[in-house]
Amino acid sequence: MTTYYSEEHEWITVEGDTATIGITAHAAEALGEIVFIEHKEAGDTFEQGDEIGVIESVKAASEIFAPVDAEVIEANEALADNPAILNEHPEGDGWIYKVKIGDAEQLTDLMDLKAYKELIG
Amino acid sequence: MTNTPKRTPLYDLHVELGGKMVDFAGWEMPVQYPMGVMGEHNQCREKAALFDVSHMGQVILRGDDTAAKLETLVPAALTKLPVGKARYTFFTNADGGIMDDLIVANAGDHLFVVVNASMRHQDIPHMATLPGVEVTEIFDHALIAVQGPAAEDVVASLCPAVRDMKFMETAVVEILGVTCRASRLGYTGEDGFEISIPDADAVRITRALLVHDLCEPAGLGARDSLRLESGLCLYGNDIDNDTSPIEASLLWAIQKRRREEGGFPGADRILREIADGTSRKLVGIKPHGRAPARQGVEVQNADGETIGSITSGGYGPTVAGPIAMGYVAAEYAATGTDVNLLVRGKPLPATIVDMPFVPQNYKR
Repeated sequence: MTTYYSEEHEWITVEGDTATIGITAHAAEALGEIVFIEHKEAGDTFEQGDEIGVIESVKAASEIFAPVDAEVIEANEALADNPAILNEHPEGDGWIYKVKIGDAEQLTDLMDLKAYKELIG
Repeated sequence: MTNTPKRTPLYDLHVELGGKMVDFAGWEMPVQYPMGVMGEHNQCREKAALFDVSHMGQVILRGDDTAAKLETLVPAALTKLPVGKARYTFFTNADGGIMDDLIVANAGDHLFVVVNASMRHQDIPHMATLPGVEVTEIFDHALIAVQGPAAEDVVASLCPAVRDMKFMETAVVEILGVTCRASRLGYTGEDGFEISIPDADAVRITRALLVHDLCEPAGLGARDSLRLESGLCLYGNDIDNDTSPIEASLLWAIQKRRREEGGFPGADRILREIADGTSRKLVGIKPHGRAPARQGVEVQNADGETIGSITSGGYGPTVAGPIAMGYVAAEYAATGTDVNLLVRGKPLPATIVDMPFVPQNYKR
């Protein structure tokens, strides 16, 4: 399993041709207390860079963007009743999508952990 | 070209306490501390929260008949406002709109006025047009707000005299040997005080208040969620130059004599609206689901027609859900009316509700 990071602070953990997508701890911390997430549903497809969800925190709304082309296999329904999981475990139980990757080559556009850590400083 | 943001006397303390500093109306202010917006909001509803509001304008008005003269700019009744009492009001413009909202306090030999930080540049020259009134903007005092059910205990631990104060009363008090002005009012819906403190003593007194077990610092993020839950208007969002006080449901702030006599800018429109009603009304709006609906969101009726828009909206931690305020056409303004909110292209169901969303706890 390998995890990649986007400039918009999403992470994608890849295993074969499926992956899990979420937002990084850095993003969750910057957003503040999350109160709602609007997301796509199983079967929806998107292209790299598409807006694939909106996270509402107490202060403001922020968009989530697709790190790669993909199709949603499952969206994390637990987030509806308990959006706080996104703040508490953004890189674990707070995952947002399980997807089937559309174009694995796009992963090379993303950062590894070392490069992401440099980004966030 | 941008101006460097100004800093209050408490800036270093905010940074020391872990405040996340942001630019607000040209001032570097803490939007939150490590406790977070929700934690600070709950702290205020349950115990006591301390806010730095030094960016607001504090003004002294002196002269003969100052109250009567100020009545030519605001629709509040001020000439009989007793010494030691404060009143909420607003500067109206010739069109009957609102230029800013403010608090006026009778301090005996002067009026003490507090205006919004964002409108200081407008309000001070505006008051300076009053003939024979000396208008002095205070630049050497901090202003802090201690708000919450424990606010009295917290402030009284340094100043027992505040226990005798009631809601909307103001007094000169001694805190740690320093002469300050305390007013029992605020912007959260909770009991509490706003305290004007000489700059040189602001940090020391603030630290002493924060030492109290029940007092924690809170930032502008919580200040906004608290006032929204309390149904309190924010100038620039819910009230502005185009909104009349009657549309904004602020008739209560225009005392009877002023409703009969007028004598303030825009009185024609305002008195007419008191008699005939308005075409739109500021109301509370409760989304049915969990998605917040923020400023600018269109309000629609069941047929998808636009009937209004949201002026303030977000998440209410005490309500544990989204809340909003906005103007809707008068025929849809009745409590219980169902409407739709167009959020990201989708109509989300909501209902017009009474405000405040959370009961107010003033010490009357």
